[in-house]
Amino acid sequence: MTVQRKSALLHLGVPLLLAALFFVLPAYHMGNLSRIMVLAVYAMGYNLLFGYTGLLSLGHALFFAAGMYGLGLAMHLGGVSPAPAFLAGLASALVIAGVTGFLALRTTGVAFMIVTLMFAQAGYLTVLYFGTYTRGDEGFVIPQAARNLLGLDLTADSIRYFTALLLFSVIFLWLGWLVNTPLGRAFVAIRENEERARMLGYDVQRIKWYAVTLSGLLSGASGAAYALLFGYAGATFASVQYSILPLLWVLLGGSGTTIGPLVGTIFMFYLIDYASSITSAYMLAAGVILVLLTMFAPGGLAGELRRRAVPWLP
Amino acid sequence: MDLGPYLLLATLEGAITAAVLALTAVGLSLVFGVMRVVNVAHGEFFMLGAVLSWFVASHVGGHPALGFVAALLIAPALAGLIAAAADWLVLRRIDYDPERTIVATIGMLYILQQGALMTFGPDARPVEPPFNQRLALPWPSFEGGFHLTWPWGLGTTSYKLFIIVAAVSILCILWAIMARSRIGLIMRATQMDGEMAQAFGIPVERVYAFVFGLGAALAALGAVLIVPVQQAHYLMGGDPLLLSFIVVIIGGLGSLPGTVIAALLIGLSDGIVSVFFSPTLAKIIATLLVAFVLILRPQGLLGKRAT
Repeated sequence: MTVQRKSALLHLGVPLLLAALFFVLPAYHMGNLSRIMVLAVYAMGYNLLFGYTGLLSLGHALFFAAGMYGLGLAMHLGGVSPAPAFLAGLASALVIAGVTGFLALRTTGVAFMIVTLMFAQAGYLTVLYFGTYTRGDEGFVIPQAARNLLGLDLTADSIRYFTALLLFSVIFLWLGWLVNTPLGRAFVAIRENEERARMLGYDVQRIKWYAVTLSGLLSGASGAAYALLFGYAGATFASVQYSILPLLWVLLGGSGTTIGPLVGTIFMFYLIDYASSITSAYMLAAGVILVLLTMFAPGGLAGELRRRAVPWLP
Repeated sequence: MDLGPYLLLATLEGAITAAVLALTAVGLSLVFGVMRVVNVAHGEFFMLGAVLSWFVASHVGGHPALGFVAALLIAPALAGLIAAAADWLVLRRIDYDPERTIVATIGMLYILQQGALMTFGPDARPVEPPFNQRLALPWPSFEGGFHLTWPWGLGTTSYKLFIIVAAVSILCILWAIMARSRIGLIMRATQMDGEMAQAFGIPVERVYAFVFGLGAALAALGAVLIVPVQQAHYLMGGDPLLLSFIVVIIGGLGSLPGTVIAALLIGLSDGIVSVFFSPTLAKIIATLLVAFVLILRPQGLLGKRAT
């Protein structure tokens, strides 16, 4: 079997497997998995920038929150119906990612990391500052009655699961395709050797900007879907913690692999879920496992898998 | 009421923030400068200093000054030892790879935070200051000839002034160590070129462990100084981490004088701006300004051009 066919099978297999899981899993894990699939979209967006283009951002919560509040505020204050509100979420993430990306990309390395962190922090404080509309830390609930897409009730477990799966699959397949296009290869070229990519005639600055903007758009899609499917938007989702989480998911799962973000998100989610069921000190367990993983699986779970067993893993 | 007295008070409060921030940020800057490591757990070492300070002070009886002095000696030393051990056990083994270091230090952050929650509890706890006389501050007045007045409410405490003096002295000692002593020479040599230093027989690994511990101890020192005013809490590490990050980058990566200047700038402006404007708005503006300083001058105030 050729590498392309194996890779295509994997990319079709994962969504099919997730669809099949719906019929097997108990309700509790079904709910978890819906959440994981939405968050994995965030991780995949982050991976596009960090794993494929090699740019470490600490400000992705800004884009996640842009999607979340773009949709949330449109529905909460404007009474807009879900479909156009989702587009509003995407649009606000796109604009914010485009502008901050343009500004932040004037710096490189650690300065890029800090500038993105600063922009995200300014965004978080802005959410707090306009507390009259956003209700700050407390957040607001999007009423069940409003979460209705094309006559489907998004609060029903099964419909929520398949909506999350649809979003996840579309982006998963699209990314699987994108990383093999010339643009995707250019991202990797920049990650591997920026100078050489520039000498080969690539407009590095523009390609990096594409990466930030696309990555921000995907993060925003995840944020908007999260608010829509789980009916809540709050300032916590804009905080530093939510910038660090996708980094952890991606690094744990394996950065620069298409499957890594999903693996990392599932792993981290169930790690905290499982650890908190046996001990209240679940953060301690999470911390220890993080440290151990960085020491013994430097490429993340999927990265180790690729290194040891399946070298064709995309 | 005149504007002047308010400004004086805000400046004083800002100077205290700046003093503690300078200590914490210099620790972070030192670690980055010598080891090229971004220590995300730095804020937790600050927290560790505060919590240990409470432990020590609450177990030493007698006059509060005894407990405070004991805390001042023991807490930074312990925090430094824990950090050096973490470096030896973890960071050394992952070869200080930038990405993996960030994840590993995030792991340390979780471990330290949870460890503090489990042993210390979720409450904020105070440490009694060793001395705390109330000092009224004079204000010059020119109405009807020059004389000093003591406007109501304009005052500080002797302990708050002590924080500033102590921080300045510690920074001077650190500067002397870096510029004059053999240890400082070794650290600077390692900073310039680790491989060359290794070739000249400098035990680079041990220097790294020492520097990582020293950085944590400086953060802990800042925390010990501030707990009599601010109370110790297991979640208190977030703010100092973020602020030190800003200060270190603004000052120019790895430049100690730059770090101190940036700490003064940010501490004072934070103190003054939040007295006159809404604190949240002030923070938004300050954060955006920092971002733009970096965009226009990525190497920071006193940093050298990109390496």
